[in-house]
Amino acid sequence: MLTKAEDGASADAQLQDNADIAVTEDGDGVTCTFTGPWTTHSVAQVDAGMRELENRDGVRSLRLDLGQVSSFDTAGAWLIKRLAQKQANKGADVDFVNASDTMAILLDAVDEMAKFEDAPVTAGRFDWLAPFEIVGRNVASLGTDFLAGMHILGSTIRGAQMKLGRGHAINPAAIASQIDKMGVGAIPVVVLMAAIVGAIIAQQGAFQLRYFGAEIFVVDLVGILIMRELGVLLTAIMIAGRSGSAITAEIGSMKMREEIDALQVIGLNPVGVLVFPRLVALVIALPCLSIIANFAALGGAMFVAWSYSGIPPQAFIDRLRESIDLSSILAGLIKAPFMAIIIGIIGSVEGMKVGGSAESLGRQVTTSVVKSIFIVIVVDGLFAMFYAAINF
Amino acid sequence: MDASTQQPEQNNMTAPNGGGEREVILEARDVTVSFGDKTILENLSLDVYRGEILGFVGGSGTGKSVLLRTVLGLNKKQSGTIKLLGVDLDGANERTRMAVDMRTGVLFQHGALFSALTVLENIQVPMREYLDLPPKLMNELARLKIDLVGLPQDAGPKYPSELSGGMIKRAALARALALDPAIVFLDEPTSGLDPIGAADFDDLVKTLRDTLGLTVYMVTHDLDSLFSACDRIAVLGKKRVLVDGTIEDMLKSDEPWVKSYFRGKRARQIDLEARETA
Repeated sequence: MLTKAEDGASADAQLQDNADIAVTEDGDGVTCTFTGPWTTHSVAQVDAGMRELENRDGVRSLRLDLGQVSSFDTAGAWLIKRLAQKQANKGADVDFVNASDTMAILLDAVDEMAKFEDAPVTAGRFDWLAPFEIVGRNVASLGTDFLAGMHILGSTIRGAQMKLGRGHAINPAAIASQIDKMGVGAIPVVVLMAAIVGAIIAQQGAFQLRYFGAEIFVVDLVGILIMRELGVLLTAIMIAGRSGSAITAEIGSMKMREEIDALQVIGLNPVGVLVFPRLVALVIALPCLSIIANFAALGGAMFVAWSYSGIPPQAFIDRLRESIDLSSILAGLIKAPFMAIIIGIIGSVEGMKVGGSAESLGRQVTTSVVKSIFIVIVVDGLFAMFYAAINF
Repeated sequence: MDASTQQPEQNNMTAPNGGGEREVILEARDVTVSFGDKTILENLSLDVYRGEILGFVGGSGTGKSVLLRTVLGLNKKQSGTIKLLGVDLDGANERTRMAVDMRTGVLFQHGALFSALTVLENIQVPMREYLDLPPKLMNELARLKIDLVGLPQDAGPKYPSELSGGMIKRAALARALALDPAIVFLDEPTSGLDPIGAADFDDLVKTLRDTLGLTVYMVTHDLDSLFSACDRIAVLGKKRVLVDGTIEDMLKSDEPWVKSYFRGKRARQIDLEARETA
């Protein structure tokens, strides 16, 4: 038992000390006297010195004197035991001197670990093939993702029934609450964004058309662009960022806490319970939001046309009536449900891929948003080509 | 109080129960905690002595977790003082608070391992934060802790989601012990472990107490742990500590809840065994 550390004054002095080793050599016998605190907080200073001692060759007998150690914990015990073990392996006789009972117990406790050989560290070498491996893996996962998406689409179309087709668990309340969250809640931001974009396009168009004295045609430009492309595309991108990420996060955190598994064993179809209401809500909400975005964008454009080009609202509306017809409006709105389905399915597929860690949740949410925005834009391009081909 | 007297005392080599006046490591006086108009704890006082294993029991919803969180400073208290390692954390500056944090370890009920880090990295988080250790030594110490809590070495590079419930408990204990703390708080450490694993865990806690002079504050419902590992038991009820004392005191107590807890059907069997072996 150590009494040194127990009386106040000297204890304080001891605490100021650093851990230290005094080595005295006597022929091929070595005595190490350890002083000061040997704890987790102090061993960093002596680690290098201890490693030097461990690697010393030709030591026949090693005496380890623990009598002057002021405090001791597993880290100190580990360093001393490591030295003893390494030297013992080299054929030295190791003796512990003045070790108290508690020290002996601690030294025993770390004994198992000292025998454990350092596993060789496999350093990450630079591999020329690594970039190709990443590309290959991404291509392969594209295939499985597509299959998973089709699976979800398939089970959604089949309906939200329970296993074995029992009951039709279409829950109007769930769908309505999702429409409220994803549709109604998004109105302010969609309106604001669409109005600003409409205004910007009108200003840029008017500025260019001014050279030809054809400023009134800015109405045609804005009307067709917004109705056919921008209204729905901007809304879809906003919803992908707003609701797609929410779907992934909700489903993902349920997956993390085994709630999806719980649904399964209770006999509910997770796709039916979780994905179906969200998908239906999106398919209803996105076209409605697109219509609102169209109005807002035209409003923004009308305001700029009036203040920047001096086209009065009356003239703007007259011109608009001539330039756009039902087909321009439909060309835009037809795309909305498709984009809703894409956002919903990608959000769900990525949510289902969440593993056990918080990090994977963040990664899948990011992937979900990036993927849905990308695919929404690609699909918009495909629609444009299709419309051109059929002269719509 | 000036800063020098606020320093938490260092780990000295005093053996547990080293006779004489026992040192109070955690002191709670007249602690009142309420949420809204619902009072959870009222004028609660509690002492925890150095080197003891204190078992904390109480019915569900009596505020065991609230007390634990209040002691750790995760909940606000309405009144009262809590001194941890001789330091009143309310008036402590950042520096002393950190010094106390370094000397406390917590095992949360569900482990609360960082899911994005491996077990080895989890154990190294406190080391990295507080100590300036060479990476090689840090790896060795982390592996030592893994060994100490009875995990196989191949658990080190695994992520928490790949571990079983019992292994998560052990890994979380290894993280709580990373800095060789003076006091560890264990929140239901043996719940969800099989009886053999739970008994191992109790032995482990006792060994750590004997070797490191660790103080253990353990919230538990495991009667086996209470009988075999705990030196003292405190019962929480009616917003305060109802009774505290050894297991014998508990068995003698007339308090109805304590009576039904320690002398119920499930307890009687263990009681018999304990007496036979004693």
